[in-house]
Amino acid sequence: MAAGSPIELVALTKRYGTTLAVDAIDLKIAAGSYCCLLGPSGCGKTTTLRMIAGHEAASQGDILLGASNVTDLPPASRGTAMMFQSYALFPHLTVLDNVGFALKMRGVDKAERDAKARELLGLVDMANYVDRLPGQLSGGQQQRVALARALITEPQVLLLDEPLSALDPFLRIRMRAELKRLQRELGITFIHVTHGQDEAMALADMIVLMHDGKISQAGTPREVFNKPANEFVAKFIGGHNIVDRAGKKFAVRSDLMNLQTKKPAAKTDAILGTISEIEYQGTAFHITLAGKTGEDLIIQLAENKFDTTPLKVGTEVYAIWEPSLAHALG
Amino acid sequence: MREGRPRSFYLLALFFAAYVLFLYGPMFAIFVLSFQGPQGGLTFPMNGFSLHWFAKLFAGNGIVDIGAAFRRSMALGLVVMLITVTLSVSAGMAFRKKFKGSSILFYAAIASLIVPSIVTSLGIALEFRIIDDLFKRYIFSDWQTGMGLFTSGLGAHLTWTLPFGLLIMFAIFNRFDSRLEEAARDLGATPWQSFRFVVLPIILPSVIGIGLFGFTLSWDELARSSQAIGSVNTLPLELQGLTTTVTNPDIYALGTLTTGVSFVVIGLCLCIILLLQRRQAKFGSDAGKGV
Repeated sequence: MAAGSPIELVALTKRYGTTLAVDAIDLKIAAGSYCCLLGPSGCGKTTTLRMIAGHEAASQGDILLGASNVTDLPPASRGTAMMFQSYALFPHLTVLDNVGFALKMRGVDKAERDAKARELLGLVDMANYVDRLPGQLSGGQQQRVALARALITEPQVLLLDEPLSALDPFLRIRMRAELKRLQRELGITFIHVTHGQDEAMALADMIVLMHDGKISQAGTPREVFNKPANEFVAKFIGGHNIVDRAGKKFAVRSDLMNLQTKKPAAKTDAILGTISEIEYQGTAFHITLAGKTGEDLIIQLAENKFDTTPLKVGTEVYAIWEPSLAHALG
Repeated sequence: MREGRPRSFYLLALFFAAYVLFLYGPMFAIFVLSFQGPQGGLTFPMNGFSLHWFAKLFAGNGIVDIGAAFRRSMALGLVVMLITVTLSVSAGMAFRKKFKGSSILFYAAIASLIVPSIVTSLGIALEFRIIDDLFKRYIFSDWQTGMGLFTSGLGAHLTWTLPFGLLIMFAIFNRFDSRLEEAARDLGATPWQSFRFVVLPIILPSVIGIGLFGFTLSWDELARSSQAIGSVNTLPLELQGLTTTVTNPDIYALGTLTTGVSFVVIGLCLCIILLLQRRQAKFGSDAGKGV
């Protein structure tokens, strides 16, 4: 397998008429890393992926793959391969012919491309299904075939467009682990578009959070979670409360907040509020607090902590946190 | 609410039965009448029961020259079928891309469905007369006519089959997942390879449908042929002529025979489809399972 290549986007822009889908983004993705483009729908993440793949022409800017500028190359000569949302397997071809398709287009003879396709199908545990049609496969099996089909061209970069969205929750977690394993074993660069922050956190070496055609923040999952760049990032990645202190906004992780009924000592920050909702989530209680000054907070309280201070809807409590744990937002 | 059928069910069932009767009743009457005895006539009651009229048909001395008309209609139908399929598929592909004037072109193409067939036919005949006159005056003084089976006749049939073909192609490409073409492109297929190995095999059943539809439309076309066919007759024109002159049921035998052939062809096709499906099902299926 080919080793991965680094990717660099330089002021990459996509305009549809007057609307700006992707607004001059700059991004460097390290070779052999797992990168997740994350964001709400319409943020430009899929357009960015499609421009890297070559299925969408860039309005401006450049795409560099390794040492070469691939902006004007057709998809197949870029060294990228794409796995489409809901896989786009050819319904009239068997699993074997689907996987061998790219080689057939290059004029490789049947024996050779079948052997290569079987090898790739072995890699994704689908060697026993060569004669089936895509309609005879489950969602997870289809995804494995789509992976094999994309990998047969030995790409340096694999582009995945919402690869897990068609699967049920249980299977999604299993296939997620498998994607990660495959990326580790092949050592090539994966760029994975998703709108699920849990998926991105679980998989990515680098999360690129996009909003309105711009990159809000790029960094490791821990950086993005612990040091969100702005209010949008903090809200999208979840698990944070936004608090206002002296006109400045701070993000505080909701699992690092605590609740108490007595007035707190001066050194901790606090917000007085009324409990409006208590949800039991198994590992923790999620308690919604309607703050007296208008803000809504969610506090995650471990079960044992919850038991020491019995709380009810309507109780007035203080949400408290260590000031050092508050992260200033840009 | 109680179990059992509402009264509307029986009303609708009655309506449906009447529909089926009107649809297939005439055909069934002709089947039965084609087995008339040698002394039987064109109408009920049956005068005995025999294969006499079929035998007469095969002997070839009953009806005037059905064979030649049959071959003409067959040849014309096949040519119409080929042209309809080729042009409809190309036009269907073209219309998937937005281009200037596409809607005007589309409406112009299907407008001929609204014009009464006989008017279209007359118009084509008139057009050819004008062309003939121009030829005679300016090019060949001994020019006879440009009208004929594969000129004016072909044109008349295409005004009927092409709009239908185009409309069917629109329906097909409406449902076509264009990501399949993107996937092909991603895997290195040229536009032609993508059409040849992905698009065409997927739409092929519908394309065959367009072909059969085009052939059928041409095969039993009467009104559009009537003025524009030139000096020779197609089978429907020949048969129409016969209904006014022939008094024997051999024309019914002909109808029964052609219908029978159609049923055999359809049956064979269904068998082949079933066989292919069964062969593929052998490999098992996990569709819809969470594995």
